Amino acid sequence: MSWDWNYTGEILPDLLSGLRITIAATLLGYVIALVLGLVWTLLQRTPSRAFNLAVHWVAEFIRSTPLLVQLAFVFFVLPGWGLTLSALTAGIIGLGVHYSTYTAEVYRAGIADVPRGQWEAATALNLPRRRVWRSVILPQAFRRVIPTLGNYLIAMFKDSPLLMGITVVELLNSAYQAGAKSLQLLEPLTVVAALFIIVSVVSSLIIRRLERRYATN
Amino acid sequence: MSDVLDSFPLLLRGSWITLQLTVYSAVLALALSLLFGVLGTTRGLAPRAVSRFYVEFFRGAPALVLMFWFFYSLPLIGLRFTPMFAAVLALGLNYGAYGAEVVRGSINAVPKAQYEAAVALNLTPAQRMRRVLLPQAVALMLPPFGNLLIELMKATAVVSLVTIADLMFRAQQLRAATGETAAVFATILVMYFVIAQLLQLLVRYLERRTDRMLGRRPRKGQPELRTVAAGAPGVGGVG
Repeated sequence: MSWDWNYTGEILPDLLSGLRITIAATLLGYVIALVLGLVWTLLQRTPSRAFNLAVHWVAEFIRSTPLLVQLAFVFFVLPGWGLTLSALTAGIIGLGVHYSTYTAEVYRAGIADVPRGQWEAATALNLPRRRVWRSVILPQAFRRVIPTLGNYLIAMFKDSPLLMGITVVELLNSAYQAGAKSLQLLEPLTVVAALFIIVSVVSSLIIRRLERRYATN
Repeated sequence: MSDVLDSFPLLLRGSWITLQLTVYSAVLALALSLLFGVLGTTRGLAPRAVSRFYVEFFRGAPALVLMFWFFYSLPLIGLRFTPMFAAVLALGLNYGAYGAEVVRGSINAVPKAQYEAAVALNLTPAQRMRRVLLPQAVALMLPPFGNLLIELMKATAVVSLVTIADLMFRAQQLRAATGETAAVFATILVMYFVIAQLLQLLVRYLERRTDRMLGRRPRKGQPELRTVAAGAPGVGGVG
């Protein structure tokens, strides 16, 4: 069986609409991940050690269990508790919450990576606590974590096909459905794989530039 | 909940498949990452290009897409795989590409003086790699490899979408049979968590052993930004 270009052209509109869903899910999930990740990090820095430890293990639990199972949990279980979500919404929430535990780890490591001398200098200058965070620590931590956060955006993009597990018609699912109709799966799936590889290669170049630009040593 | 507990053997069978998939794919991924990682540090343009190509290609495509491609597309051009083989191949190739970047970065991160000393001692390139560079690089590789191993274990859940009866697949069956949605998914989440923690313990043990072997003091506390960044399943490299 050989490659059929006409057929490839026919399914392209379907794939593009799937790609739109994939990109929307990735970006919205990323916003949740960035914000919620900061919440996780801050909740692990409260004065109560027991509380911090509890938050740490909850985040660890979410991080070390499969995204697909969590998506299924959000999509199939929450309706039973009176919260019915569309598949896409459930997918975005699942993706965002899962990756927020990763961004939390990135924020934590980024803050820890700021040299001790910066804290000591801020203390020596008698800066108020808020000012230490706002003007000294966070700006330095933030530039350190930018490339890694970029990495997780790509990681989320590459995990978005899992949304087909809860019936979202994203890129991979649209290809599968288009191909299943005509029993020709070679072209659609190859196009999807190629699209993912192209996006990844291009973004890997961008991230390498970010790494050079924000290098601290 | 009692329905779920009655069917617990079913879930155990599923988790056995999950473990098998994890081990097979991890072995394949480890072999590929050492091969292509070391190739990526050589001087020759051709081996480096081969390594680059492998990494960009298989890191770029998500494991699920690769799996679908092996499982549904390649039979159409005459290559037929069993679901299990397609899954192991997809996961192994995908995570091998992440691993190759870790290996390459770690070897490059061994202090330059070690390389120069090995040259001064007139060691052959193979001896240099095997006796001097790799043993020190392994200590750097282990923490990110640990992250990747857990990621790999989590990624095996997608094989349920190509009809392999792993833990997730059994859970879906059980959900359909009993309707105990919350109990089923909560149970398997805990099972996955336990597997992940066991793998974590194994990696910690290996890290301690390697550190002892090299006469280093084991690292304490939480991972540094470098390690977190190196474990990121995105596209950036290390070092």
